Amino acid sequence: MEIIMTIINGLSIGGTYAMIALGYTMVYGIAKMLNFAHGDIIMVGGYTIVLFFPISPIVGIIASVIFCVTVGIVVERCAYKPLRGASPLAVLITAIGVSKLLQSTAQSLPFIGSKPKGITYNFGNLQIGSVSISVLTLITILCSIAVMVGLTLFVKYTKTGRAMIAVSEDRGAAQLMGINVNFIIMITFIIGSALAAVAGVFLVFKIQDVGTTFGAMPGIKAFAAAVIGGIGSIPGAMAGGLVLGFIEAICGMVPALSPYTDAIEFAILILVLLVKPTGFLGKKRREKV
Amino acid sequence: MKKSLKGFTKHYLNYTVIGILLVVFSILSIVSPTRTMADLLPSIIIAVIAALSLSLVVGFLGELSLGHAGFMSIGAYLGGKVAIALMEAGDFEATNVLVFVIAIAVGALCAAICGFVVGFAALRLRGDYLAIVTLAFGEIVRVIFTNSGKETFGGALGLDNEAQFLGQKRIYILIIIGMVLVLFTLFVIQNLLRSKAGRAITAIRDNEIAAKATGINVTKFKLMVFVISAAFAGIAGVLFSYSKNPIKADIFDYNYSIEILVIVVLGGMGNINGSMISAVLITVLNNRLTDLLKGDAAVYKDIFYALILILIVIYNNAPALKSFREKYNLKNLINKILRKKHDPSEITNDAARWDVVPTKIEMNEVLSTDIVIDKVGRGDDSADILERGGNK
Repeated sequence: MEIIMTIINGLSIGGTYAMIALGYTMVYGIAKMLNFAHGDIIMVGGYTIVLFFPISPIVGIIASVIFCVTVGIVVERCAYKPLRGASPLAVLITAIGVSKLLQSTAQSLPFIGSKPKGITYNFGNLQIGSVSISVLTLITILCSIAVMVGLTLFVKYTKTGRAMIAVSEDRGAAQLMGINVNFIIMITFIIGSALAAVAGVFLVFKIQDVGTTFGAMPGIKAFAAAVIGGIGSIPGAMAGGLVLGFIEAICGMVPALSPYTDAIEFAILILVLLVKPTGFLGKKRREKV
Repeated sequence: MKKSLKGFTKHYLNYTVIGILLVVFSILSIVSPTRTMADLLPSIIIAVIAALSLSLVVGFLGELSLGHAGFMSIGAYLGGKVAIALMEAGDFEATNVLVFVIAIAVGALCAAICGFVVGFAALRLRGDYLAIVTLAFGEIVRVIFTNSGKETFGGALGLDNEAQFLGQKRIYILIIIGMVLVLFTLFVIQNLLRSKAGRAITAIRDNEIAAKATGINVTKFKLMVFVISAAFAGIAGVLFSYSKNPIKADIFDYNYSIEILVIVVLGGMGNINGSMISAVLITVLNNRLTDLLKGDAAVYKDIFYALILILIVIYNNAPALKSFREKYNLKNLINKILRKKHDPSEITNDAARWDVVPTKIEMNEVLSTDIVIDKVGRGDDSADILERGGNK
């Protein structure tokens, strides 16, 4: 039974990571930047659901998505857009600044403060045979599968999605073909932020405790997931997320390993990168003189 | 006479300034150690050494490292442990200089070994990928120290280094040794960069393939930079272990690495004096604001800090503001005040002047088409020789 539980846990953790990793990987693929503030968008989503949950859970989720998307757009317009074409390091530092700004702004708001907040809501358990699965875990798995399928279809079959692929392949050529690159980048940030909001909601229900830095660690791990899968690749982000999710679930089952979960995950990241620097599904870029 | 004065200000002014400060603060810290000084001076010294060592990797090798605090924590833990063990074995005081020096040597050596390992990753990876590996390295070090046994490194409570902790009364020993170490760091890094090895390092930064083609041993120099940078970070860590009790691994998380990176970036990448000045300014500002804003108001400091960081980076890098920047910058202002004439015949080829660093990821995109060479040899702006043509 433990094996089944581990698999289900792995799927649920992996699904959450995959959702966050998708945001990272899409932004990297299209805007060619590491969005360090992505983890803090998760935090924004988490707080929104905590604040709106007493009104109604559905309102909370919708508010959380809307608010995260707004924050994502504002951040992209104000902080990243002026730096388009500047050196990647400059953009990275700005993203770090945005991350700090979001954290400290959240902390300064009177209805948030420095103490962690949380919601306790029992989704109940589902009994299948001798295995008891939390409904939250099931919803997380189903939702992440739906998101992945939906996103893959969106990117493959809609005009905007194909424009996104075009921009990530060659921005200059895409622009010549009449694609509005700024608009596509904004769409990417909107999708990324919305996914971060959904992931934030799941994380809040799971951890039941939100502090202003609570998005940082899942953010970094999802980032590691995106890199393991091959950054810039959508199926890669999903695969990477699931790999990290399973590692975390297995480590959680073995008491001797559980304190070292983070270290093991990062060590695997380093190993994967050293053996295959582009990640599982990443494309190799040729270097030209 | 004029020429020799200029050579002096160019090569030795920073040593002189630090030397004078060394004497002044050593005397002050022996005569009247105040709490502010005991808090502030060690953090400034640590920040300066950390920033100098990181600037070697980021500014001169052109690779992004997000795990610098990991090297510092190795220095702090291992150096601290050795110092405590020696003090117990030989019944030494915390002020024993010999123990201090041995601790520094051990901390630097251990950090250098880790730097060698991370350097191997740098041989295979570059740009963003290397940044992730260094970040992962820092986190792994943190997790291992946090989960270490109570007997070895104190686990989550941190390494109890009461025997080693200097406190306010004895802080002068840290300040004197620390300032000497700042001089030493500056001496090693500045001379390294002005040597053949330093030219090779900046050549690798500017174009690795071309550097390889001219016969530069890229493997050797990359490892060398990582080892030296890690060793000095380890030294900063040992200094840290003397100024704080207990030593907690959680302090050296990736936020700390980012803080050092921010210092280096704000100081101007590839600018050694800039890194030092910004380390001092940011540490002082941080300390003052922490004193000013207590309790709930402390968060406004972080907001202010983040906003300043974003605005400075946008101002310094936004392509749209380029002409504005060229017209109104500090250098022009100083020249105006000094009524200095622009001398186009003067060519500066000092590595320390290259403050626009194309990172390697960018090189991948840029190399094939986008290098526009202009303004070659325009004295004041040798940084702009490789001007990247906008957005591909």
